[in-house]
Amino acid sequence: MGKKLLLKDDHIAGIQSYDVYRKNGGYASVEKAVKTMTTEAVVEEVKKSGLRGRGGAGFPTGMKWSFLAKPPGIARYLVCNADESEPGTFKDRYLMERIPHLLIEGMITSSYALGANTSYIYIRGEYYYVARILEKAIDEAYANGWLGKNILGSEYSLDLYVQIGAGAYICGEETALLESLEGKRGNPRIKPPFPAVAGLYGCPTVVNNVETIAAVVPIVNDGGDEYAKIGIGKSTGTKLISASGHINKPGVYEIDLGVPVEEFIFSDKYCGGIRGGKKFKAVVAGGSSVPILPADLILKTAKGEPRLMSYESLADGGFATGTMLGSGGFIVMDEDTSIVKNLWNFTRFYHHESCGQCSPCREGTGWMEKILHRILDGHGTMSDIDLLWDIQGKIEGKTICPLGDAAAWPVAAAIRHFRSEFEEYIKNPKSIKDVKHYYRLNNLQSA
Amino acid sequence: MKDIRFSEESMALVQRMMKRYPEGKHKSALIPILHIAQAEFDGWLSPEVMNYVASVMNIQSIEVYEVASFYSMFNLKPVGKCLIEVCRTSSCWLLGAEDVIRHLEKKLNIKVGETSSDGMFTLKSVECLGSCGTAPMLQVGADYYENLNLEKVDALVSRLKSEGKRKTYTDLPEPRTL
Ligand SMILES: Cc1cc2nc3c(=O)[nH]c(=O)nc-3n(C[C@H](O)[C@H](O)[C@H](O)COP(=O)(O)O)c2cc1C
Ligand code: FES
Repeated sequence: MGKKLLLKDDHIAGIQSYDVYRKNGGYASVEKAVKTMTTEAVVEEVKKSGLRGRGGAGFPTGMKWSFLAKPPGIARYLVCNADESEPGTFKDRYLMERIPHLLIEGMITSSYALGANTSYIYIRGEYYYVARILEKAIDEAYANGWLGKNILGSEYSLDLYVQIGAGAYICGEETALLESLEGKRGNPRIKPPFPAVAGLYGCPTVVNNVETIAAVVPIVNDGGDEYAKIGIGKSTGTKLISASGHINKPGVYEIDLGVPVEEFIFSDKYCGGIRGGKKFKAVVAGGSSVPILPADLILKTAKGEPRLMSYESLADGGFATGTMLGSGGFIVMDEDTSIVKNLWNFTRFYHHESCGQCSPCREGTGWMEKILHRILDGHGTMSDIDLLWDIQGKIEGKTICPLGDAAAWPVAAAIRHFRSEFEEYIKNPKSIKDVKHYYRLNNLQSA
Repeated sequence: MKDIRFSEESMALVQRMMKRYPEGKHKSALIPILHIAQAEFDGWLSPEVMNYVASVMNIQSIEVYEVASFYSMFNLKPVGKCLIEVCRTSSCWLLGAEDVIRHLEKKLNIKVGETSSDGMFTLKSVECLGSCGTAPMLQVGADYYENLNLEKVDALVSRLKSEGKRKTYTDLPEPRTL
């Protein structure tokens, strides 16, 4: 209980360097896999671990790997998704910046399991300095024989490259990412075919999140069964949570899945409670795309059970009373937060980031932003709330990729749980002026 | 108009980049190469620069335009030496991003999207930069400036002004304490 797997060496000085990383047991999973295991055996361990994708969708990784098509004579690719652009999420940057070799090691072990001889880490352009850190780690791995031809004297060869993006949230969606990696605009592809059949350059491809790939290292080292002992139910293992907003201790926390939400928010081990002694109002638990929940529903499910930090518990009650673990971007809001203004902020984000392929998303996100702006400008009408509801419902499920859903869900949830706040702004526009929308920075210093 | 041509060093890097992909797939190098071009040619991608990149990569100019216009980090208009990009999304907004933006607007005497009259600064507000736990934050070139307050913003602007150097994403980053 409480054992760290990914961040266990985070405190060790110099762990960014190859020598220190290696001295602390680094690259053992590559040795074990390449020297003593078949590729199928590695996939089997990942299946046994119950690991689920850490990028947001939570799809079982072992299953995804076993879907990879293996036509003879055709290259297969592993692509790591380091686009990390979901608002509220910063765990992948933390991991790559502080323990870069863990990702490189995970990429080698995973590429071996999938039979990929060329792999790419697609990283968002703004993380240019992190890309440099990864490239240095890759150079060290080549120099020490972990990459290149005939790794550890085996038949297995692998080349690994960092690919830089250039600013586009949509490129985190796996098929948009592949388009971008091919040197094109980040327009998502229609599925099927899934990347497992026709991905990068039309070849079978697995796309996995940074954290997912890093988790393969302890899974191979200790065995899938050992990993599956951590966590609760189908939420096995540990999860990196990016905690931010109005809390005393923002940061990245590696938790055992299943920690109670209340403990996570209020314990000094984690967020350390709400800053400035304020009351706690709401949480967006898994990155900006997941439904916002008011304090009572995030602490306890509608059935009155304590809510846990797990895929199942956070989703308990469906969208009526629950939410999602998503990417683990945990944004906490205090009593002074304007839910309507926060929603406008999110909606502006989705409008800005829509790739524009599908009309419901391209137009709808803009309409929602404008209507929210109108309400905040003091010109809203009661029918605007219904209009917002109507538009979000006409985006959800009607687009090529899930960005449409991601834009619709926050709107639906804000209306569902905080309708009275919208109504108050519309009935009494003066109240908008009184709302403290954000901390004034000068006050923040004295807080 | 000065001659548009990569330095020898950049050209070598560009050639290496195109070899990272399977035979015939070198178009994959377009985005990384555009970053190099933007850094080398005054921080933005003029039509001439994009045409040049197309010729170096042996692809159509339109293939370069359509990519350059999709991604927010590529500037299709001239920018100041230092592009200040303030995160305006969720956690940064909750913790005072609007204050940072208003403060910079006043201090630099420009609005978001504009360039100061001395050509030193362009102010931009951008979406979440993956640094929400250290909000509010902003980016200049390769560097993240986190846990901001107005004094830190002032100190940064003064320093950038006195250094007077162009900042690009491809710069070597300043040392960070982890
Ligand atoms: C709009 C959008 C943005 C996404 N952004 C990311 C991202 O930044 N990082 C990520 O790992 N997955 C992201 N995803 C999920 C990916 O499409 C994909 O499911 C994931 O990379 C698979 O890896 P995993 O199974 O290891 O989670 C995004 C999805 C959508 C629809
Ligand atoms: S919200 Fe500003 S960095 Fe994420």
